[in-house]
Amino acid sequence: MHRVPMDPSLQRRTDPKSITGKAPTPDRRVPLVVVGAGPAGVAAAIEAARAGVETVLLDENPIDNDLLAMDVPLWFGKRLHPSLRHRAGMLERVVAANPALADAYDAGVEVQLGVSVWSAFRNGPALRELDGPLLGLADVERSWLLGYQRLVVAAGARDLAMAFPGWDKAGAMGANGAFALMTRYRALVSQRMVVVGSGPLGLATAALALERGVEVAAVVEVEAEVRGDAALRRALQDKGVRFLTGHTVQAARGATGEVESVVLVRLDGDLAPIRGSETELGCDTICLAVGLVPNVELLNLLDCRLVFRSELGGFVPETDEWMRTSVPEVFVAGDGAGFHEGMVPDPEVARGQGRLAGLAAAASLGALDEGRARARRAELGAPSAGRPQEVHSHWRRWLRSLINAGGWEVHACQCEEVTRRELVEVQPPRYLGRRSDPMRARTLHTLLADGPVHPDQIKRLTRVGMGPCQGRRCREQVALLLAEQAGTPVSELPLASYRPPVRPLPLSVLWPPDEPAAMREDWVVWFGIPTQFAPHWNPTAVMGPNQSPLMVDK
Amino acid sequence: MVIIGGGVTGLSAGWWLAREGVDVLVLEKGIVGWEASGRNGGGATHVYSPLGLEEQRLWPQMDELLGYPTEYQPNRIRVALTEPQLAWYRRSAEIAAERGFRTDVLDAQQLKELVPIVGDNALGGTFTHYGGHANPQRTVQAYAWALQDHGGRIYQDTPVTGLTVAGGRVTAVETPRGRLGADVVVAAAGPQTGLLTAMVGAWLPLAPARAEMIITEPLPLMFRGGVDGNGLYGRQTLRGNLAYGGGPHEWIDVTDMSAPEKPSTPLVRSLARRLAELFPGAAHLRLIRSWAGIVENTPDGLPVLDRLADPGNFVVATMSSVGFGLSPAAGKAISELVRYGKCGFTDLSSLRLDRFAETPPDWRERQGWVPAPERAGAGVEVAGGQR
Repeated sequence: MHRVPMDPSLQRRTDPKSITGKAPTPDRRVPLVVVGAGPAGVAAAIEAARAGVETVLLDENPIDNDLLAMDVPLWFGKRLHPSLRHRAGMLERVVAANPALADAYDAGVEVQLGVSVWSAFRNGPALRELDGPLLGLADVERSWLLGYQRLVVAAGARDLAMAFPGWDKAGAMGANGAFALMTRYRALVSQRMVVVGSGPLGLATAALALERGVEVAAVVEVEAEVRGDAALRRALQDKGVRFLTGHTVQAARGATGEVESVVLVRLDGDLAPIRGSETELGCDTICLAVGLVPNVELLNLLDCRLVFRSELGGFVPETDEWMRTSVPEVFVAGDGAGFHEGMVPDPEVARGQGRLAGLAAAASLGALDEGRARARRAELGAPSAGRPQEVHSHWRRWLRSLINAGGWEVHACQCEEVTRRELVEVQPPRYLGRRSDPMRARTLHTLLADGPVHPDQIKRLTRVGMGPCQGRRCREQVALLLAEQAGTPVSELPLASYRPPVRPLPLSVLWPPDEPAAMREDWVVWFGIPTQFAPHWNPTAVMGPNQSPLMVDK
Repeated sequence: MVIIGGGVTGLSAGWWLAREGVDVLVLEKGIVGWEASGRNGGGATHVYSPLGLEEQRLWPQMDELLGYPTEYQPNRIRVALTEPQLAWYRRSAEIAAERGFRTDVLDAQQLKELVPIVGDNALGGTFTHYGGHANPQRTVQAYAWALQDHGGRIYQDTPVTGLTVAGGRVTAVETPRGRLGADVVVAAAGPQTGLLTAMVGAWLPLAPARAEMIITEPLPLMFRGGVDGNGLYGRQTLRGNLAYGGGPHEWIDVTDMSAPEKPSTPLVRSLARRLAELFPGAAHLRLIRSWAGIVENTPDGLPVLDRLADPGNFVVATMSSVGFGLSPAAGKAISELVRYGKCGFTDLSSLRLDRFAETPPDWRERQGWVPAPERAGAGVEVAGGQR
């Protein structure tokens, strides 16, 4: 280690048991990393590469098969064609489905596919040992670290999931999961689908399914009118798609663990099911297309300031006019920066943000001077914002209808098997068995008497969201349910924290082959303070007779 | 009676006091158990401590006493992967035996039967008939609820901004909710306990540090969940997850009452590696979360549980990074310091504050317990500066 010569009396002593000198350094540090090769990420990478910036574009597709089956990172619903096991073939399909990747190659972008970003690390008040910001990366076999100077996060959006009886059966999935299986992978196993939710997202899902040879039995809408483009709706109707408005899902049915039909029910003005109005439709797939949620997990780890904007899908990064976040070296673009349904038919919105983020990142690296950057900025124009509408009151109506129709005994969290009732009663998990009387008396309302509810506290007590899917299937519905029960706007509920790894990876994959030698040599269980665990009745047993109990040389 | 700090130590003390009918108010700057109290490994095996005997006696009764589940489970198993580790576990067993605690030495075969996920690299280990573990998050909430059931009160989101001392007593506690009077004040605020102690003119040397843990997806329950080794502490939770920590800490600064940042670092990979080495049969398990916590240490790593002479109604309580397991006994000791001025069930003289009277102000620098210097930009110089 290089040391600056200094007066020995001033030389900094270090604790050999601390992290000092043990923090790993990445093999490589690149000027710009772009996370996500969707329309926004590819546009950002191309823009920066054309400005002369060495750019690495990462995309996790094709995703590890086992993760797909766990509904990570999207709600794929376990309708997976066996061809997904053939990774080389999948890689070809991923490339074929994304022609813009070829443009990125041509622009000189280093494209890495099948590489997931499972964490982002950055120095801050309580972490100073990194030699710069790092990403934790992994493929199916190993993990490594990559340093960067600038980062563009174009991580897309994930599915808003909501529970109904049978939603854990194979065949219940989200719109983005279905899109990925139909387009990127060509691996959706489905004959007949019911789409839950109209609007641009639901209508586009139905249209795509029809195009891919899946029969669409119905589109269900909780509101009184079909939402979205009237022409598209008529086109779907012409192809035999039924529209059931003022309806919700009562249950998915199936003798085995698979969806075989869905029971829909008509709602009255209070969103209560009307007895006798049930319709059972045969289908093997129920695709929830009620909404999408921006993927802000990496931004949360990076401590980018997030603000709640219902019209953009919930918590989104605060950005300036250059798509720069509150963390100066981090930029965002695309659905992950904020999603609204107007972006479904128009990927140009995401691309525009991507170009801007790529340009801004390049300019901040000094690749373009200010004049050129401004000129290019003027050429690009401002990305069209559209006219996004507030979505959470609509989402709450869906949730209310699903509770009214499906009840409180449905698992809100599939991984940890926590029912809606257990959630709002803040009951400990069932495997603890014995419930005491005082425990039964505790509810969300007794907890609220102590202060505003925090989703993380509910997680700890009920285990909701603590399973292997990392809360992807329950996060938003839990927040909506808590808000509903607490009588507060969902915007006032803090964001449940994200923790690394944001992809659930095997220990054997995370295993660092490149661990610094000092890490192995000076590893301690706990601080390594000799006096800390000395038996008080036998103080010399551990520390030896000559050791000062204060460890301070005076 | 005001307790500053809604962590496991303060809440336990408050609960012990409330069940004796004392009017208790706990002030918590955030949410109860939000800091190190809810972020640790849950170990309850500290027989070396002056509080250790009471810790061991109380834990098996805690679910009953509190009325809420703590997920307490008895016993610990230690896995040795090297001869020196095996020798150390045997030595540790002898030391515990001096206190009357029984330990069985296990050969590799016996170990494998108890912990099926150990590999051929395990040489043997020990099974302690004492010790155990609980769920920190559930336990800390249990203390809070049980305290309330006995009439105690908790103000969350209520940081302490000042203490007024007059005539050798703390006469008021300043908070954003206003000035609160108190007969006795307990400072049990983790890393911030030193700041509070300074407010009454006393010197409590504390150094905060960040420590990290990881947790895997669940696997079927083993015979006993508390299995340590290979430089790791932790447990299999009753849900089946492996929750483990260990390895190097990072010294940091905590300069005010706000909640410190708690980032995870690339150390999660090193923890994953050691867990896979300890349990080769679990190397395929997926890591689903990691987290960090901020804990404080005194210069000798031992707690301070002391009622000061001046001001005479001020109790200092820091557990020096080992607070969770000892919390039933620590809370009881604090409640006795509050009510009687001394602890009846054990000798706390080794945990007095005055042992640091001569500790110099720059002790952290002398011990090297200091944060790394801030790195300008750390490789990400950004045009346009910081926003």
